[in-house]
Amino acid sequence: MKKLINRADDVVRESLEGFAAAHAGMVRVNFDPIYVARIDAPVRGKVGVISGGGSGHEPLHCGYVGMGMLDAACPGAIFTSPTPDQMLEASKAVDGGAGVLHIIKNYTGDLMNFEMAAELARSEGIEIDTVIIDDDVAVTNSLYTAGRRGVGLTVLAEKITGAAAEERRSLKEVGDICRQVKDWGRSMGMALTSCTAPHIGHAMFELPDDEMEIGIGIHGEPGRKRMPVQPADEITDMLMEPIISDLPYRRGDEVLLFVNGMGGTPLSELYIVYRRAAEIAAQHGLKVVRSLVGPYITSLEMAGCSITLLKMDETLLKLWDAPIKTPGLRWGI
Amino acid sequence: MTPAIGKRVHMEPQTIHREDIVRWINDFAQVVAVNRDHLTELDAAIGDGDHGVNMDRGFRAVAAKLPSVGDKDIAQILKTTGMTLVSTVGGASGPLYGAFFLQEALSSAGKEELSLTDWIAMLEAALNGIIARGKAAIGDKTMLDALAPALQALKDAAIRNATLAEALTQSADAAQDGMQATIPLVARKGRASYLGERSAGHIDPGAASMYLLLKTAASTLASG
Repeated sequence: MKKLINRADDVVRESLEGFAAAHAGMVRVNFDPIYVARIDAPVRGKVGVISGGGSGHEPLHCGYVGMGMLDAACPGAIFTSPTPDQMLEASKAVDGGAGVLHIIKNYTGDLMNFEMAAELARSEGIEIDTVIIDDDVAVTNSLYTAGRRGVGLTVLAEKITGAAAEERRSLKEVGDICRQVKDWGRSMGMALTSCTAPHIGHAMFELPDDEMEIGIGIHGEPGRKRMPVQPADEITDMLMEPIISDLPYRRGDEVLLFVNGMGGTPLSELYIVYRRAAEIAAQHGLKVVRSLVGPYITSLEMAGCSITLLKMDETLLKLWDAPIKTPGLRWGI
Repeated sequence: MTPAIGKRVHMEPQTIHREDIVRWINDFAQVVAVNRDHLTELDAAIGDGDHGVNMDRGFRAVAAKLPSVGDKDIAQILKTTGMTLVSTVGGASGPLYGAFFLQEALSSAGKEELSLTDWIAMLEAALNGIIARGKAAIGDKTMLDALAPALQALKDAAIRNATLAEALTQSADAAQDGMQATIPLVARKGRASYLGERSAGHIDPGAASMYLLLKTAASTLASG
């Protein structure tokens, strides 16, 4: 294992210490229990929006704390969900009196820990709503699994929901906007390489040099199939077709097209994928009205990408375009 | 005095005390540390390869906390254990092992010592707590598949008027059989479920750690 770290046990804490120092004007980092909150939290009268999950997906979630997106984020150990005391304390820290929305990626551990946190927060008089993001179409048999995983759509949901909260909408309205995003978005990813969690010290799974895995999760979970590496266009086709046919997206739909890097793939390659994805969208009569390209929800140093489509309407477009100022996303300011 | 042949003489203790509970949990913390890599390897095969690391982090925190509650009653010791696990383990194991100890604490409230009957009630409460939190069923390839047969073995042993030591040993054996029986199962909960049929052929890591917990109960509590 070759990594730019000091000690494996210190990775999450030391990284957050650097994050806190680098973005001191936007966020404040609490270390016991660990959460990141926007510098001006709690914002009086505004719904607090919180997310969290295992570390290793940076900039998700801590990088999205700030004006127009998350009020707080709770990072767990690498690829391990955070604990209820983190979400409880974060909820208390950002509750401006209008309630708190928890945005959760659909994984067994995340659900249980957030569920406990919500029970504890409610018992302390904080109103909590919960939305579970489960956009990964690669999980085909939802009945006999933990259900579809939360992947790329999480970034878009946090941005749009955060903007809705910034407009001082009610907890119910903010939750409903998030549920609309959840219902209208779909994703699928692939890996060219595995990744190595520092505390484990070896690759999460073995993937030979000339093979790739299609339909991968963001923790190195297995995909739909493993096969010899194909050109970018063929790979993009394999991701786009299941996404489009799943919702399904229909001719005339306006969409946001998000090509995400898994951490180890250069932006130049992501644009090659975007080029083909936009062509396929056009062939299906979809109108791409917004785009996002880059490493926004990663799996450490894994090479690969995911594609997310989100159907847009006037409300979502306006919220997407709203000003945002976070370490990971910033525009309109 | 020489015991008569065929007649059972109860040399070993028939009740569990506060100090026994503390020893059980401390011993298990050692067992987890020793088996850290083993549990992690089981998890790497069908999950995300962190079960041993997470359990070790949690039980090291528990072992550090126990001296501060060692003079409290059984329920308080178990509650502190559960709360510490919930706030240090993370993942699915944190809430589930947290539920195990918190439900045992509720079930043992006010008790100075535990009989086999009490122990059965505690494990039953723990089982129900894990089902309520994890929403898994028996046969889903989870820790329940070690815990449920262990509980049944305890009940069977009680009906046969077995000693505490015999009952705990039989329960550990049943947990081991239950763990082994997860090998051919297809996971329906947790990250292993994404593997579908590919999850068959491996021991469930949660069932493995649950077996170790119950095996430690047999070795620690039965020795008195």
